[in-house]
Amino acid sequence: MKKIVFILALLGLIIVLIVGTLSQKDTEPTTLMKLKEKYSEKEKPSVDHSKFAILQQKFTSPQQVTEACESCHNMTAHQVMNSNHWNWEREEFVQGRGVIYLGKANAINNFCIGTQGNEGSCAKCHIGLGMDEKRTIFTDPKNIDCMICHDNTETYAKAPEKGGAPLTTLDFTKIAESVGKPKRSNCGVCHFYGGGGNNVKHGDLEMSQFEPSKDIDIHMASDGMNLQCVDCHTTKQHNIAGKVYSLSSMNHNRVTCEQCHTATPHKDDILNEHTLKVACQTCHIPTYAKGNATKMYWDWSTAGKLKNGEPYVEEDSMGNHSYMSIKGSFVWEKNVKPDYIWFNGTASHYLEGDKIQDTTKPLVLNQLHGSYADDESKIYPVKIHTAKQPYDPVNRILIQPKLYADKVGEGAFWKDFNWQKAAEVGMKDAGLPFSGKVSFIKTEMYWPVNHMVASKENTVQCNECHTKENSRLAGLKDFYMPGRDYSAIVDTGGKWLLILTIIAVLIHGTIRFYSYRKNKKEVSK
Amino acid sequence: MSKKQVYIYKGFERFWHWMQAILIFFLAFTGFEIHGTYSFFGYRDAVRYHNVAAYMLIGLIVFTIFWHLTTGEYKQYLPTLKNIKAQLDYYIFGIFRNAPHPTKKTVLSKLNPLQKLTYFGLKILVIPLSVTSGLLYMFYRYPSKQGVSAINIQSLEFIAIFHTVAAILLIVFIVTHLYLITTGETVTSNLKAMLTGYEELEDEDKAEKNVNEKNLSTQNLD
Ligand code: HEM
Repeated sequence: MKKIVFILALLGLIIVLIVGTLSQKDTEPTTLMKLKEKYSEKEKPSVDHSKFAILQQKFTSPQQVTEACESCHNMTAHQVMNSNHWNWEREEFVQGRGVIYLGKANAINNFCIGTQGNEGSCAKCHIGLGMDEKRTIFTDPKNIDCMICHDNTETYAKAPEKGGAPLTTLDFTKIAESVGKPKRSNCGVCHFYGGGGNNVKHGDLEMSQFEPSKDIDIHMASDGMNLQCVDCHTTKQHNIAGKVYSLSSMNHNRVTCEQCHTATPHKDDILNEHTLKVACQTCHIPTYAKGNATKMYWDWSTAGKLKNGEPYVEEDSMGNHSYMSIKGSFVWEKNVKPDYIWFNGTASHYLEGDKIQDTTKPLVLNQLHGSYADDESKIYPVKIHTAKQPYDPVNRILIQPKLYADKVGEGAFWKDFNWQKAAEVGMKDAGLPFSGKVSFIKTEMYWPVNHMVASKENTVQCNECHTKENSRLAGLKDFYMPGRDYSAIVDTGGKWLLILTIIAVLIHGTIRFYSYRKNKKEVSK
Repeated sequence: MSKKQVYIYKGFERFWHWMQAILIFFLAFTGFEIHGTYSFFGYRDAVRYHNVAAYMLIGLIVFTIFWHLTTGEYKQYLPTLKNIKAQLDYYIFGIFRNAPHPTKKTVLSKLNPLQKLTYFGLKILVIPLSVTSGLLYMFYRYPSKQGVSAINIQSLEFIAIFHTVAAILLIVFIVTHLYLITTGETVTSNLKAMLTGYEELEDEDKAEKNVNEKNLSTQNLD
């Protein structure tokens, strides 16, 4: 009986450990099992385009193919011509500005800066068959490039610097007969190469995702679920869900993880509770640029150096361009840990012609809104791309230079290497004032990281954020996070209180010990 | 003065005491891992264990309150200002001179006045602070999202800091408590009593006659 109560109480501890351990059984949530089942089903197209007589003819131009498509799909041109893929802009509401039309057509970024005046080169990634600087293409349905998205032979390719027209050597008949739902390869040829090279822009979208392994991307893994872009980016009448915040500012038509996985996908309540304030991506994308490096910094101010009168290129240790006479210096990084911000799905943008308020601070080109106190905001991972790009120090506006031209002497920087000239022509094309002075300003862009989701085993662990040292969320200071934050007063005060208590106990004990011996001696005397 | 083995801590009391000791020690251990002071279980497990132990502690507290109310034992903790000075004097002076304890431990009054005050403080202030801040910590919801809207508190910071303060006070208590255990009749007699329930006390009948001023002060002892 003696120690039994103590043993009983010890049982308490054992119960704690058992309950705690049992509750961490990691079984697969049913939603996930159902999703896997759903997406394993092979989709069978309802028609075989190669059987249609109209597609068996010998096509000599891509426009002929488009006409053949439109002879059956006779309402489609209308849909396509209303899409932002065609118009390079969409309607957006921006706080303080009202409704604006924003897109590649008029935006300024801190990569190749802008498309205006550079259509011949940039329109390689337009779903049209030839855009010129006057942009006449937009009214002609024959110029829709059906094949760039629907070719299933993986042979279709646009010609360089032809405003979006394809190579002339292609077998259009074979391609036209192959058409089907867009695959990763269709989307990837443009979206993996944005900014003029593989993985320049996004960091989480690049050529390794044509056929990725599970390590690169758990969703698209060709040895796994093998999801195609359009499985998540669902499409209604050629309006594709999802958008990138370099060009959009409203919280609508987004693609979310929740649309498949629900808002509470975990077995563990504590994790589910995190989803109120933490976006899925934050834990599930520990690093981006996993296959190849992405561009983190672009310095236009060093562009234009020539060797023996010729432009040249230098490479870094990974084989990426570190310097190009036409573009300046770059910094590339691989396996990058994202930065983290509060984001509520809305953004504001620097639009061409906007006055720069403070030229001493980096200019943010797309400010993503959010804060802890805002209940629509969650913590999101982002890639922050910084740059030094040309601006007019007198008018205090960013410069849209003319970069591309066929020939020397038209003022294009990539041919003439003269900033004044390129700025003058470019600003004229854009209809903006130019003082004649070119200076350089630091700019930032925020790219939410959404792809390259890691496997469950490789997600971010609790103590990568909940820690005092090197917390992933060290930069987000507007809230209290257990494990990271503490009150310095309480902690130091507590430490000293404890130390003093221990000292007091030790002193008391020592005196007691000696006086006890003394007393005993006295008694024995 | 004659002595007698007296059954002073009942079974439930001892069970409660040790269970509470273990749970609070364990909560402190996992809690300070969550706090970021060290890492042992790993953050996730520390949180998990802390939560389970917290629920058990709450359960235990509920039982114990019930037990104290129905048995009337709660009266043991009602603080009294009487004899506090004598008790303090004892710990500061008398204890070194081998003086007897100034207050008599009996079944009906097993806590000395300082203990009463401390335990009363623990029960009325520190443990409730720890439990309520702990529960708020658990059921805290971010601003105006889901759950009970009445506890939508703007910031976790206050809750967390109160919880940490309570935890620190409890640890300071534990340290002092562990030491004071050794100040019984012999170094181990208090510990033994809490384990077995029995302690050698003055014979109640005779002791009654012995209660006198002498025992309550240290003045006449030299
Ligand atoms: C019934 C009582 C208790 C409840 C309900 C409770 C609950 C909690 C909760 C919910 C947390 C936040 C971490 C998490 O999400 O699990 C926490 C943290 C903590 N707990 Fe407790 N707890 C209790 C008792 C205690 C006790 C008795 C101690 C120490 C003696 C303690 C020490 C701590 C510490 C130090 C932290 C970290 C605080 C911080 O850094 O923000 N807790 N507790």
